[in-house]
Amino acid sequence: MRIRITFSKQGALRYTGHLDLHKLWERAARRADIPLAYTQGFHPTPRIQIASALPLGFSSRCEVADFFLSADLDVATISSKLQPALPSGLSVLNVESVDERSPALQTQLIAADYEVTLLESADASNLDLRLAALTDAPTLPRVKRDKAYDLRPQIEELSLMAGAEKKIHMRLASRAGDTGRPEEVLAELNLAIEDVQVERAQLIFKDS
Amino acid sequence: MRVASDQPIWPNLKNCKAHRLYIQARSRQIHIRYNPAMLTPAHIESKLERILLKVQKPGRYVGGEFNTTVKDWHSARARVALVFPDIYDIGVSNVGLKILYDQINQRDDALAERAYLPWTDMEALMRRDGIPLYALESKRPLSGFDLIGFTLPYETLYTNALNALDLIGIPLRSADRDETHPIIIAGGHSVMNPEPMHAFMDAFVVGEGEEVIHDIINVIQQFKVETLNVERSTFNRDELLLALAKIPGVYVPRFYQVSYMDDNTIAHVEALAEGLANPVVKRVVAHLPPPPTKFIVPNIEIVHNRVSVEIMRGCTRGCRFCHAGMITRPVRERSVDEIVAAAEAAIKSTGFEELALMSLSSSDYSYVVELVNAISAKFEGKKLTVSLPSLRIESVSVDLMDSLRDRRGSGFTLAPEAATERMRNIINKYVSDEEILNTTRAIYSRGWTTIKLYFMIGHPSETLEDVQAIVDLCKRVLAEGRKVAGMKCKLNVGVSTFVPKSHTPFQWVACDTRDSVLDKQGLLKRQLRDKNIKLSWTKPEDTLLEAWLSRGDRRLSDVIESAWKRGARFDAWGDQMNFNAWMQAFAEHGLDHTFYTYRPRRTDEIFPWDHITAAVRKNFLFQDFRQSLEGQIRVDCRLNCFACGILPTFANMRRDHPGEAWKCPDVKSPRKASNQLSVISDQLPVFTDQSHLVVVE
Ligand code: SF4
Repeated sequence: MRIRITFSKQGALRYTGHLDLHKLWERAARRADIPLAYTQGFHPTPRIQIASALPLGFSSRCEVADFFLSADLDVATISSKLQPALPSGLSVLNVESVDERSPALQTQLIAADYEVTLLESADASNLDLRLAALTDAPTLPRVKRDKAYDLRPQIEELSLMAGAEKKIHMRLASRAGDTGRPEEVLAELNLAIEDVQVERAQLIFKDS
Repeated sequence: MRVASDQPIWPNLKNCKAHRLYIQARSRQIHIRYNPAMLTPAHIESKLERILLKVQKPGRYVGGEFNTTVKDWHSARARVALVFPDIYDIGVSNVGLKILYDQINQRDDALAERAYLPWTDMEALMRRDGIPLYALESKRPLSGFDLIGFTLPYETLYTNALNALDLIGIPLRSADRDETHPIIIAGGHSVMNPEPMHAFMDAFVVGEGEEVIHDIINVIQQFKVETLNVERSTFNRDELLLALAKIPGVYVPRFYQVSYMDDNTIAHVEALAEGLANPVVKRVVAHLPPPPTKFIVPNIEIVHNRVSVEIMRGCTRGCRFCHAGMITRPVRERSVDEIVAAAEAAIKSTGFEELALMSLSSSDYSYVVELVNAISAKFEGKKLTVSLPSLRIESVSVDLMDSLRDRRGSGFTLAPEAATERMRNIINKYVSDEEILNTTRAIYSRGWTTIKLYFMIGHPSETLEDVQAIVDLCKRVLAEGRKVAGMKCKLNVGVSTFVPKSHTPFQWVACDTRDSVLDKQGLLKRQLRDKNIKLSWTKPEDTLLEAWLSRGDRRLSDVIESAWKRGARFDAWGDQMNFNAWMQAFAEHGLDHTFYTYRPRRTDEIFPWDHITAAVRKNFLFQDFRQSLEGQIRVDCRLNCFACGILPTFANMRRDHPGEAWKCPDVKSPRKASNQLSVISDQLPVFTDQSHLVVVE
């Protein structure tokens, strides 16, 4: 069967990268006695799809992963077995069963929302104007790994959060080969990564 | 240290940006100073937030792993920080510390947390931002704990331990600490000769820690001065240390005075207070307590993410170069049922995909065949990799590995150590070429493509012919393998250099000289040039460092401190720059390092470690050394007890625990009155009151 797990990733777990997270889920499933299905071949790996890699240091309250199981289990059982098998920092928010043949999760993602909280040390002056400068710009040429690209079309929304002076909301495109990175937007805003906290708030999929 | 070709490739420090940053910070001499208004966990966490994304693998520094124990700080009457002074990736899988972590955390009145050494990039930022070494569980600074326990399994961690003390922010030297500082203790194999580190540790644990840690914690609780400031306790240090010194198996260097002869060897060692053991006899547990099963599961990938179950402790083989084999006697085994149950529980509680069945010599475990069968039956089809290290060179070993092998099939490791009959007799590790070839042929023919062979050069009286024999043997192994398995056969040859260790029959011998080692390694490198043979070796500088620390005396404390000040650390990682720091440190204190390495020791010499005993008599070791010079081997002492000293020392313990679990003979004689001295060595009477040795279940 195929299940879809929504989970949060906080605290110490923010420093666990994407590959390590795969391994972590594999071991957690083994501790919880949830039978993962493995790929065929010489190096069988568990069939786990994580919708989108979360950059190191970011927290999230909306990560989504699909697990293929080799046996059918009740989703309530899965969720109650899994939570105690997780390190603090990972929490299961929802478990549901999905059609085995539905397309790979990663291909369904279109955008992601982030919330950026400015810490004391950050320069928060004229934040509204700085945000507007970015959204008003026709292009935002940047270079990432020696490759020039335009950041502007990747920014779908960028604004101060309602009721909060030092919190930014951004919605960035998140499609295969076209993924907006919050760090890049922060760099354009002259905000150093150590002066902010970033949390992923929502993943937006096709038809959701 | 052993050369292990399957160890990870460490970063090339010279090209590492983080390392350059670290060198800059070091040259500015930023030291963390103990701050009485201690940082709170919240302070430390917020400081960490600002730097973690700037270092490699920040997951090393945040804790939060599955199976960690986080206890309430205020209700614990003794707070212990356990430190493995190398990076997280190496330290977190250490089983010795895990045992202590569990032992302490099982108590309602104590807590244990962990700390490892930051890598150089993180260290530089911690020093820059004034972040002291903190415990991963609570993020409290280590200086706020009552007791800090270091494990020092090998000598190359000594400078790291000093670095840790400095990062904690307390005085390096025991003598400079006061009642506000935690008590610093160290244990582990290398401190069977504690003297080189004597100045820095308040106390050493000699031998096995499972029971003695409770005695130590009880003393800490007894001497702790409860103050209104519950964040930190104070002690009456002198009284506390004296009480610690009276615990069997605890050595407190300040209560022992060493006098030297004109030639700088030891004249004698005197205990300075009533009721102190001299020599200090190591602690052993009569019965191995249940093995740990709730291993820490790191949130990042490290070298060994696996379950380890110790199947047996001690070794009866008697290889003369082997420190572990001599200091961990008597042999005590766990039952097959206990091992299988522990393995199952540990796999269940960790989800690890690898299980290591640990011992110094797996083939000698009495029920090894039954164990392997039970393990393979239990984990059939579970995608579990099982390793059974240290197998004897014989075809049975191939059968054993065959039953355990998973589809991924790694290499098969054998350790002949020497390649001529003469050498094998000298080191007392006898195996014939015939047997080696039969075994390796069987390994290749059963489908393993890679064999790892471990040898050691620099054994006493070794010549270039003995080294040439290593080459010849390796070539024959490969040629024979090809006959049965074709051209895909590969051979990894690890050649380490022998370092004479304290408490072994070779404690009297001189180290092979650097020039001679270079000649021998040159020969190996020239002659083993083959694309199917991969040769690895130990740098002579690393060997020297290990050699002088292994058999050093108290005067080396100054040298270690100077070497550390000059930048030596991570000595186990092989950085040439460290070696120069060491040489300068010797020069600074007017000491000749060859005194510790190239000098053959007089037969009547009193060694710096003679007042610490592993309960194997010096006389026994000396006879064994003599036999070695005559090329005589000594068989496994399970077959024939040689009265090495273990039984008289632990007679009462053995009497109370008769039967199979120990591999020494039963003690039949009636129990002697307690508190009586029995002579286990000609010069060294030993205090053998064993009444404290109750098994804690
Ligand atoms: S007392 Fe005898 S059997 Fe026991 S370790 Fe020593 S020599 Fe071996």
